[in-house]
This record gives sequence, C-alpha cells and structure tokens, in this order.
Amino acid sequence: MATVELRFSALPEHVRTARLVAAAVARRAGVDESVLDEVRLAVGEACTRAVYLHRSSGVDRPVRVVLVEDEKKFSIEVGDEVPDTGSSSTGAEGGTPSEEAEEEGQMGLAVISGLVDDVEVTSGEAGGTIRMSWPTTTAAVLP
Amino acid sequence: MDPSLSTRTVGDRTIVEVGGEIDVYTAPKLREQLVELVNDGSYHLVVDMEGVDFLDSTGLGVLVGGLKRVRAHEGSLRLVCNQERILKIFRITGLTKVFPIHTSVDEAVAATD
Repeated sequence: MATVELRFSALPEHVRTARLVAAAVARRAGVDESVLDEVRLAVGEACTRAVYLHRSSGVDRPVRVVLVEDEKKFSIEVGDEVPDTGSSSTGAEGGTPSEEAEEEGQMGLAVISGLVDDVEVTSGEAGGTIRMSWPTTTAAVLP
Repeated sequence: MDPSLSTRTVGDRTIVEVGGEIDVYTAPKLREQLVELVNDGSYHLVVDMEGVDFLDSTGLGVLVGGLKRVRAHEGSLRLVCNQERILKIFRITGLTKVFPIHTSVDEAVAATD
C-alpha cells in the first residue's frame, strides 16, 4: 500500500494543485485514463468544499488529502477540521454570498455523488471526511 | 491560472468567450464579468465554453447566478458546449434542463425561445 499525503492552506488557488497531484498519482496507480477526469473533478470538489468550510469557520489549519494506492483500488480521502455542530451557520439572508457559497458546496457534493460509485461522507467532532475510491486497471480485468 | 475571458456583440446578443479552467479560484473572475455585463445592460448572453478545459460546481454556480441576473431583466443566458466531459457535469446536476445548450455560437445567436 503506497501513500501520498498532501496538506495545503485553505486557499482557493491550491485546489488546482491538489487536482493535479491526485490525477498524477491516480494515473500512476493504474486508474483508467477515461476515469482520470472524474478523479480530477471529484477531488477538486471535495477540496473546494473543505476550503470553504475552513474559511467560513475561521479554521487556519491545512486541508488534508490522502491518496492511497492499493492492489485493487485507488482511494482518496479529503479531510477538513471543521467540527460538525449539527446545525448550519445562521444569519445569512437570501442571496448573500455566503449562502451562494453554501449552495455551491451542496452542488459539489451532488457532483461527487453523481461521479463516484464508491463514496462516503462522514463528519464528527474532529471534522469531516470525504472518502472516494476507484478500481485500478489491474483490478478491473480480474474476473 | 487565470481563465481567458473576452466579449463581443452580435446583434442584441453578447458573446462571452471563456477559456481555461473555471474552479473555486478562477470562477469569481467569470462572476465579475457576468455581473458587469448585466449592470451595463447586456441581458442576452451567450457563454461560449468551447475553450474551457475544466469546470466544477463553483463554475456551475456562477452560471446559475448569471442566469438569475439576466432573468430578472427578462433576458437569457445560453451556453455553447460540445465537450462531453463538461456536458457530463451539467447532466449529473440536472442543469441541462435549466440552460439551453447549443453546439455553436451561430445556433445560440439564432435561437429565440
């Protein structure tokens, strides 16, 4: 099991870097070329959501991306450090930028669910995690 | 990496040619451009996405925001896109039902409903 871990400050400009790294590691792990676009998009969405959560909650710790190359699958875990309080932020009136950003965050999850068959979204006191995985080419050809 | 943005007018339509990657970092520039056009009285927009290499939900959000703005002035926002990987994002979010998507700028300019 080989692992690449990336930590980046919650800044929008670093999301592209995370996409590029994830796509490069996925390609190396044997994820089919036709699926790499999906990997790129899904990891970008997950990182965008984490960046938004960190920034809107004033968390200055980095966003964590773990890329794991297994025998049969390639997994990505994107973790934020924003505790789940059980309620969304309040005080935003209709159409405010923060509400728009939140809507975009929800759309991001919709994109991930639409793209990735194996996806798990969890949240707890230590923060939230989005786990996604794709079969690697060697696994796909097995009966 | 900045997106490339350029505008031109064809009749009463304003064509916005977008290129590059539209994500959480670059989407605000597209948003600014659309807001500026609407504020300047351009209510019939055609966003040409043939040069777009990457689009995520932030970009979709900006386009939805643009659509809301032009509709407030009884305007329209049409998209031009032939790229399967970009069209796929519109399909999985159900936005193909929200945006008229055309195969060419000419077709988008000629469309009336």
